[in-house]
Amino acid sequence: MISNDTALMAHLLRRAGFGASRDELERYIEMGYDGAVETLLNPSDPGNMPDDLIRRYHVEQSELRDLAGSAAYWMYRMISTTAPMEEKIALFWHSLFATGYAKLNQARALLNQVDMFRRSGLENFEDLLVELSKDPAMILWLDNNENHGEAINENYGRELLELFSMGIGNYTEDDVKECARAFTGWTLGNAEYMSIRAAKDSIWPYGRIAWHFEYRDKDHDDGEKTFLGETGRFNGEEIISIICKQESTARFLSTRLFEFFAADEVTEAGEKVIAEMMATYFSSGYQVRDVLRTLFHSDYFKSEDARFARVKGPAEMVVGAIRMAGNYQNPALGIEKVSNTMLYMGQGLLQPPSVEGWHEGSEWINSGALVERVNFAAKELSNLKSPGVRSIIDRLEASSEDGVLVPSDLADRCLDLLGPIQVSDETRSVLVDYASRRGDLDLNSHEPGDDAEQRVGNMLRLVAATREYQLA
Amino acid sequence: MTSTRREKSLIVIQLTGGNDYLNTVVPYGEGRYYDSRSTVNIPQERVISIDGQVGFNPSMGPIKTLWDEGNVAIINGIGYQTPNRSHFRSMDIWHTAEPDTIGREGWLGRAIRDFDPLGENVLTGINFGRGLPRALGCPGVSVTSVGDLATYGLFPDIEDEELRMFTLEAFSKMYGGAAGRDPVMEMLSRTGQDSLQGADILRTAPARYSSSVEYAPDALAQNVKSISQVFHADLGARILYTAHGPFDTHSGELPTHAKLWDELAGAVGCLMDDLKEHGREDDAAILIFSEFGRRIKDNGSGSDHGSGGVAFLIGGAVDGGMYGEYPSLAEAEQLEGDLRSNNDFRSVYTDILEDWLGLDAAPIVNGQFEKLNLFRA
Repeated sequence: MISNDTALMAHLLRRAGFGASRDELERYIEMGYDGAVETLLNPSDPGNMPDDLIRRYHVEQSELRDLAGSAAYWMYRMISTTAPMEEKIALFWHSLFATGYAKLNQARALLNQVDMFRRSGLENFEDLLVELSKDPAMILWLDNNENHGEAINENYGRELLELFSMGIGNYTEDDVKECARAFTGWTLGNAEYMSIRAAKDSIWPYGRIAWHFEYRDKDHDDGEKTFLGETGRFNGEEIISIICKQESTARFLSTRLFEFFAADEVTEAGEKVIAEMMATYFSSGYQVRDVLRTLFHSDYFKSEDARFARVKGPAEMVVGAIRMAGNYQNPALGIEKVSNTMLYMGQGLLQPPSVEGWHEGSEWINSGALVERVNFAAKELSNLKSPGVRSIIDRLEASSEDGVLVPSDLADRCLDLLGPIQVSDETRSVLVDYASRRGDLDLNSHEPGDDAEQRVGNMLRLVAATREYQLA
Repeated sequence: MTSTRREKSLIVIQLTGGNDYLNTVVPYGEGRYYDSRSTVNIPQERVISIDGQVGFNPSMGPIKTLWDEGNVAIINGIGYQTPNRSHFRSMDIWHTAEPDTIGREGWLGRAIRDFDPLGENVLTGINFGRGLPRALGCPGVSVTSVGDLATYGLFPDIEDEELRMFTLEAFSKMYGGAAGRDPVMEMLSRTGQDSLQGADILRTAPARYSSSVEYAPDALAQNVKSISQVFHADLGARILYTAHGPFDTHSGELPTHAKLWDELAGAVGCLMDDLKEHGREDDAAILIFSEFGRRIKDNGSGSDHGSGGVAFLIGGAVDGGMYGEYPSLAEAEQLEGDLRSNNDFRSVYTDILEDWLGLDAAPIVNGQFEKLNLFRA
């Protein structure tokens, strides 16, 4: 039946990527588990169409100042990349450092932020926090442009500690104020004008304008500060350096990575892995890549306990189904609609509901969202014209010596090829019953779209509608 | 048979994109209107007069009829203290009743939670259109979003009806299967069953409704017809929501705005006729709002984002009339070239929540706001 190699590799690719077709899976299996982990953690050329060609040929993704086109553009990158971890880590940081279009009205600035996550997201956490603090979208999102030497605005200083690094309960209100003081003067070029423009959200009459970071020495409070027990004339970089030394930061980051890449719930076994990740955080000098390597090599991550221990987020659901079906490998019209589907499921890229990001895990599921999820995946994976579905049909045919599949084989092999997905006995028996409706399936001399193929499509549709398919 | 007291429902029509207040309730008696709106104006002779000073846009005939019947409240100069002219942010503010920080819970989501704290009826709040407006979003609150009532539910793309029923049956068995002790599986099962049940009940709505009213074929009218079908089917829907637009008339405003209001006024007129035909005009109130109004001066072809706007509350139980002053167009009274709002939107919410839906408003709208007394006592 399904080899453990295949199941483990599929698990790794659901976490460090967006799931994998059987062809893709086989390429990773050839590398061996350790080789696959290294390949994923060291993303190379993502192989997507270059931006200039996208802009020229693809109208829906050519206006990258607008929200809809930009969200679709990022989704396209997720769908077409051959280095999926690069997009997955960007999605992780986007969920954690959640910055939204609503207040900025400048999607280009958000895409630049996402690019920064791609570039630096697996590197040194301290450097990443410094880059984040200089990121124009973040500065406007959390009002650091209003954080002046003479009058502080605590918004960024507070969230940096609470939501981005240490977590609540590990610092005092005085630390928040001192942190905010250290980031005074960290603003945008022409900040006053840019913030008015952002609030007006009108492309009339002058369009939107690119933003860049500016440090204003005159607006920086250079006085002495006492932060987490240390005293000095700290600037932002020194504050981040102190933050990164804290055990609470190691715990916060390791826990968030664990929840996003391993399991929604942290069990006792999970706590042990988090402790190992924290140790790596310090021993590696805050390298995110090394912390993730520790996770992916842990016994827990490789065990059955971690499999299907996360509810797929909408991005994983949509991108995963499209990658499996092999669609949108090149930009095509209609992709904006697909990215809207993600929004209907509760996760619009570049538009998190607040700085707290999305409430993930089981909170993704409500009746409206579930209908969207099931309908989307079911339709995508039952489309007989999709290259990925055609490849599944070919593999089904090849898997049987005489080209005939008994109902239980049809159900089991569809579960295998769409995952492999583990299902409960109850689910499997419904699937087998469903497959039995018309007896054995004869795939000999099947033609595109004929009755035999449609039966495969119907089976794939039902597998995509299972409870288990909702999990990653 | 004695008639039982029916629960009151709220129907919301959101005008997305910023409806131009000045060309909706037109201050045609004020010379400054024509001075500022040299091209994008409604000529005096075309305005449907209300009181010799202001009047309705000529596309609002059916609303005027309802006004004459005393069923339309016009809430002038509605907005909030420091206007935000971003569509997204301003709509968020209206949705979450939270102008200063970024709110997480929609005001109507909170209302739905108060109605149905255990989430027993998945149809308490329904959005007609895809996605979920943030007004209805609230963690832990299930809201049904109906793109198209006729095909609502699971597997709408299966054309063979027999196959679809067979697939739905399999789905029901899978989601009804034992979930073990896994709480996530259990939650998935319950939600799957809720979705099926919601769809089953909703599918019965059109059959439980008959009416002589004929709605227009445009998207809004069809959504409003769906609202009417679900409302009249007595499925326990308390909040029914839909959106209309886009009202973002930076260019070519006059024909676009006229078409949008033709559709809107037509749909609202039909809905009120429908409610009256069923003797239910006192059981539903219709709120019409937009995230902001538009600038006083036109830009030659349209108008840009502004602040103070107008909202309408319509229904048999509404105490029709003008609420609040029309904001002054005098230069000294303007706010950065916009109408200055003088009615807080949360006052209107408070009226609706307390006097119509019977809920405690303060925790929903994040504070105490003076009511306008929009409903008949």
